Amino acid sequence: MLRDITLGQYYPADSVIHKLDPRTKLFATLLFIISVFSFDGIVGFIVMTAFLFGVIALSKVPLSFMLRGLKAIMILLVIAGLFNLFLTPGQVLWSIWKIHITREGLRNAVLMTIRMVYLIMGSSVMTLTTTPNQLTDGLEKALKPLQKINVPVHEIAMMMSIALRFIPILIEETDKIMKAQMARGADFETGGLVKKAKNMVPLLVPLFVSAFRRANDLALAMEARCYVGGEGRTKMIPLVYHKVDRLAYVVVIAYFVLLMVIKVVL
Amino acid sequence: MSFILDNVSYRYSEKTAYEITALDHVNLQIDDGEFIGVIGHTGSGKSTLIQHLNGLLKATEGTIYFNGQDIYEEDYDLRDLRMQVGMVFQYPEHQLFEETVFKDVCFGPKNQGLPEKDVTLRAYEALQNVGLPEKYFDVSPFELSGGQKRRAAIAGVIAMKPQVLILDEPTAGLDPKGRDEILDMIADMHARYGNTVILVSHSMEDVAKYVDRIIVMDHGHVKFDDAPRQVFHHYKELEEIGLAAPQVTYLMHEMKEKGMDVSTEATTVDEAKEAILRLIG
Repeated sequence: MLRDITLGQYYPADSVIHKLDPRTKLFATLLFIISVFSFDGIVGFIVMTAFLFGVIALSKVPLSFMLRGLKAIMILLVIAGLFNLFLTPGQVLWSIWKIHITREGLRNAVLMTIRMVYLIMGSSVMTLTTTPNQLTDGLEKALKPLQKINVPVHEIAMMMSIALRFIPILIEETDKIMKAQMARGADFETGGLVKKAKNMVPLLVPLFVSAFRRANDLALAMEARCYVGGEGRTKMIPLVYHKVDRLAYVVVIAYFVLLMVIKVVL
Repeated sequence: MSFILDNVSYRYSEKTAYEITALDHVNLQIDDGEFIGVIGHTGSGKSTLIQHLNGLLKATEGTIYFNGQDIYEEDYDLRDLRMQVGMVFQYPEHQLFEETVFKDVCFGPKNQGLPEKDVTLRAYEALQNVGLPEKYFDVSPFELSGGQKRRAAIAGVIAMKPQVLILDEPTAGLDPKGRDEILDMIADMHARYGNTVILVSHSMEDVAKYVDRIIVMDHGHVKFDDAPRQVFHHYKELEEIGLAAPQVTYLMHEMKEKGMDVSTEATTVDEAKEAILRLIG
């Protein structure tokens, strides 16, 4: 039931991409997204497609998992595509009654759809190959310089990893509570909106009680182990760049430079 | 005849990287009025098995018949099944939610659509049956102790008067006294009402004293399904799957090995006492 929902949707596999440092993957994803939104032209998109699918192939994650993320934004894609297609002014290619399809509209619709799809797929590569914990670790380290201007980087990262850590637990708990109440004849499916909301009470009360209890226990456990925040804290597995990471940086930057060259030349 | 499980298999997260087979071609028959213990190590599939009995989980393969009807039929009313097959989950915290204990126990009968008067009567009766003192009726369920919460949770289910009562680890986290009290109470109710009771536990000691039949689960299979003393004959195999026979079984076997003329049939301390007294005459 609810058990099938996973956040961060990490897909375990043994690949080069999985082994990369999370900072490398964050940087690469960021650069890829920038590239998708700042370059166009057929040659440019061929390079982007080759890069994206090359990385997907390397990651050993089945393509169907990448496309799963697209399902959620399908409707958004279609609506945005249609708006672009019909509402962009310009040279009219084809028209029925009051609806006109323009050359610019067609171009915008295609461009935007490709960009959105690549954006989702690009970030999916990162979330599918990096565990949520690695990701927060990477973020914490990458954002470290912000500490100089009093941004509580460690605390934010800690909160993020605690939140991520508890999502599956709370989902499982919700599942168990739902079952316990369904066993007493509770009904979560039928009825109108008001009735449905009312029926949620037997689910929400135990869930909140348990969430607070868990938060309390965790705080106690952290304090018992002398947690005082980021000051002077060391990592059990410190993030270290390896040879693959340097290579990855070179590849990603080369990719970006290539696109710039294409843009300037063509 | 109350339950027939026909070749039931269940896989969690089917067709993903996380697929786990929790039940593997299980065949069982459970008759009316039986008192059954389902035993297995953590992850043996015992909780998965019982969640099939009231339709909370749907078997990926095979089917289940309750009173001769296939519960996976299109027009079968699963909600009605759940009223007849009461299930108490391991943690009472998962079901207690109302402002007072009494109101919480009313939740089940209310869902059954009974008139207000009957609901109150059922709740009162149930709370008396589980032996929760009246002074706790109007207290918030969150203020109760662990043992009292469990009683309230059990009351919440038996107030629906189910034909079959399933309890998932009803003694987890209780001290020995609380454990005995809860189990005595369940056995007592079984004796009075003659309903089918299925007790899930990982402790042989807990169930040996009470049940007439033990089903041992291991890796999603039914490993043994027999009367307690028959099951305990296999105490060495039980150990291999991370379980143990009651301590008296070991004692009796050891005495026999030492050349003393005792039967190894005893499963409870009382039976062992009798056997030893008989020996020393």
